[in-house]
Amino acid sequence: MKSLHRRFDILLAGVGGQGVVLASRVLAGAALKAGLVTKTSETIGMAQREGSVTSHVRIGTQVYSPLISQGQADLLVSLEPAEAVRNLVFLRHSGWLLVNTEAVIPVTVSAGLSKYNDDKIRAYLAAYAGKDTKEERLILIDGSKLAREAGSEKTLNSVMLGAVCGIGLLPLEREMVLETLLRMVPPRMAEMNKKAFDLGYEAISLR
Amino acid sequence: MVERLMMGNEAIALGAVEAGVEVVTAYPGTPSSEIVGTLAKMAPEYGFYVEWSTNEKVALEVAAGASYAGARSLVAMKQVGLNVASDALMSLAYIGVKGGLVLVVADDPGPHSSQTEQDTRVFGKFAKIPVFNPATPQEAKEMVIAAFALSEAEGMPVLVRPTTRVCHGCAGVTIDEEKLKKNGVKRAHRFERDPKWIIFPRLSYERHQWLVAQEKKLSHDFSASSFNEVISLAWGHQDAAYGRGHQEKLGLITSGVAHCYAMEALERLIQAEEACCEGTALRNYAVLKIGTTYPLPADLILDFAADVDRILVVEEQDPYLEESIRNLLQLAGRRTKVLGKETGDLPYAGEYSPDLLFKAIYRFSTSGVARESSAPPGQKAETETAASLVKAGTAEIPVRPPVFCAGCPHRASFYLFKEAAKGRDAVFTGDIGCYTLGNAPPLSALDTCLCMGAGVTIALGLAKAEPNRLHVGFVGDSTFFHSCLTGLVNAVYNQTKLTLVVLDNSTTAMTGHQPHPGLGISATGAEAPAIDIATVCTALGVKYVRQVSPFEFEDFKKTALEAMEFPGPAVVVAKAPCVAVSKSRRRYYIDQGLCRNCGLCLSKIGCPAMARSKRETERGGTAKPSIGHTCRGCGLCTLVCPCGAIKEVETG
Repeated sequence: MKSLHRRFDILLAGVGGQGVVLASRVLAGAALKAGLVTKTSETIGMAQREGSVTSHVRIGTQVYSPLISQGQADLLVSLEPAEAVRNLVFLRHSGWLLVNTEAVIPVTVSAGLSKYNDDKIRAYLAAYAGKDTKEERLILIDGSKLAREAGSEKTLNSVMLGAVCGIGLLPLEREMVLETLLRMVPPRMAEMNKKAFDLGYEAISLR
Repeated sequence: MVERLMMGNEAIALGAVEAGVEVVTAYPGTPSSEIVGTLAKMAPEYGFYVEWSTNEKVALEVAAGASYAGARSLVAMKQVGLNVASDALMSLAYIGVKGGLVLVVADDPGPHSSQTEQDTRVFGKFAKIPVFNPATPQEAKEMVIAAFALSEAEGMPVLVRPTTRVCHGCAGVTIDEEKLKKNGVKRAHRFERDPKWIIFPRLSYERHQWLVAQEKKLSHDFSASSFNEVISLAWGHQDAAYGRGHQEKLGLITSGVAHCYAMEALERLIQAEEACCEGTALRNYAVLKIGTTYPLPADLILDFAADVDRILVVEEQDPYLEESIRNLLQLAGRRTKVLGKETGDLPYAGEYSPDLLFKAIYRFSTSGVARESSAPPGQKAETETAASLVKAGTAEIPVRPPVFCAGCPHRASFYLFKEAAKGRDAVFTGDIGCYTLGNAPPLSALDTCLCMGAGVTIALGLAKAEPNRLHVGFVGDSTFFHSCLTGLVNAVYNQTKLTLVVLDNSTTAMTGHQPHPGLGISATGAEAPAIDIATVCTALGVKYVRQVSPFEFEDFKKTALEAMEFPGPAVVVAKAPCVAVSKSRRRYYIDQGLCRNCGLCLSKIGCPAMARSKRETERGGTAKPSIGHTCRGCGLCTLVCPCGAIKEVETG
């Protein structure tokens, strides 16, 4: 565990139904448990599923705003590549990017009203992370595959939480995040989510 | 006292229980829905009454009735819900209450999921009832408790007005378990007959005078309220070498979550000044945070204004504080300059953010009326990065608007009605709910959306103005009970040829699946009488009423045709459960051997479970579509596939 900055700002992004909001609550819950101050704010839009979703999680010794300022996030975690690009404005110059590589193609693309240019999306991400030549600040993970391995696509958020802990930047202990996660998922899903979390953690920490 | 992470809406619910709430009513509406969702879960344990009411007016009247008898009542709604409840509210302000009555009305700057950005603080002033405006979940909880006490002490309904970022933000909130336990102790209530409960013009005149006197009294009391706070920020070098005579003192007056953004912005601004300006930008700031927005704490504001050189008012939505403060200063003969929206220093519309305020406060601090464009310190010039492209809107990112879920019955209803109306001149009028998304391409099925209940009445008005066209109104099941009944009676009574489609998915879906009068379950999940929509329509005198599932494709289309041809008002109840409540295990797949890659399944129905494989597309743009794991097996795609390539997955 790295020493605590005065504040650690995490922006979580994804598509409605991927479990972004739950993941943000887990991080905030663990932070509170660790005796830190935390605030979150989620933007879920109108739909129950499939729209862009973001959740701001701020952890520190003092937190005023529930929203992260542009260029201030220490870590951007995206459960979908295009959503990572959409939220790059929030990441600070020295910030880290953790991105699940599996795309969720919106209906606008299927209907020919919009384009999902995978190469371009990847180029945007790489260009961002390469700005001061520290390539490792962009971490790509096939989280969806790991989630399926754990037993369900629905555990993608747990995979990503494990991966976040694997990076080792969080001012939170891995155990505390995992414990909070298991408290927030339905008991019958706990085992599957633990497996997902561990797979995500190992995929990053054993890189 | 323990501290737990909770959403603002949960904190509001907790505050109500700690304050001993006895009767809770609401109609769901984003961002307010989780308040009563939480209370419905807590009700069985603590023994208070909670209901989802048919609409906000009903909810407020039920809460008022309970309060007349002496019970502490809470009613929650979103801002546009207060429009519906306003008839009751305006008179209730005059009549007053006995048991504490707290209205929680959630505003939605942005807006994120509302028809308007209307400002409920103005409504509070209009009705002349006290308004509390929380900035954080913890404060929201404390304000609910204080609002109950104030309501009961003054005999007035009290409004608590959070906004989306308070309702849907999480933070640590303290729980007072002793107070919670006390909620279980029940009080006996009795309504006492008294002429004061009957609103006659003479009484109204007397009560109006009373309301005006109350404003003065509460304005005085609120100057000492702990919800109003002066924060002095003298960041920067304090050493004497920098003391070059008078240092400017800049005042910010803030309210709600905008206060939090302003504090964040001030902190960053002062840090940036310290970092790059060697103390040359030395300024002192003072912030007056106002939590009691009506009546305004006049004395406190005048004292604050006397202590600063100029004032920037930071508030989302209307320039409510700004106008009031300017007026207050003018009446007191002061000349302190007040800046805000009306002076062009801050925007009227849209949600505020720390970034927006960082720039605005910088401009404010550098010059009294500064509207210069120079970048604040610490903000580097933008280069051509992906981030700047995103900011400029030129990055190539797919548009991802909200859409119907895979398997949503509304998709089938709209698609089939459009098919049925093919070749005819039909207008489809919409209403408020998930189904408003029927407007989005490729369905592009809805032509209007105004407010709750207007699906049927706009169709009615159109039918009277252009009787030779077909008019089809769409409404959801919960909205049907909320405010469609009177419109439907009007259609029958005034002999209108229109079709009303009730999209009955057995839940109030968009706001998070609350029950409604048609379902046979109460707010707490107990059994309740179910009111059958088709039976209601028949009883109202509609001569053509059919209930059919939109997944019975041929039947549904046939019914749609019949209904549109029927000479009077006709109702089709499109009945199939929301995917979130049905848990269907059916799945479909595309037989890649049979698929001829015409793309009709993608371009006609807009199902998010179907897509061409991304990698293949990048290579040649010819990958065949496939169906992903979010499929719920509705089978609508089988209807549009000309090759019979879409098949159901056999499950054992």
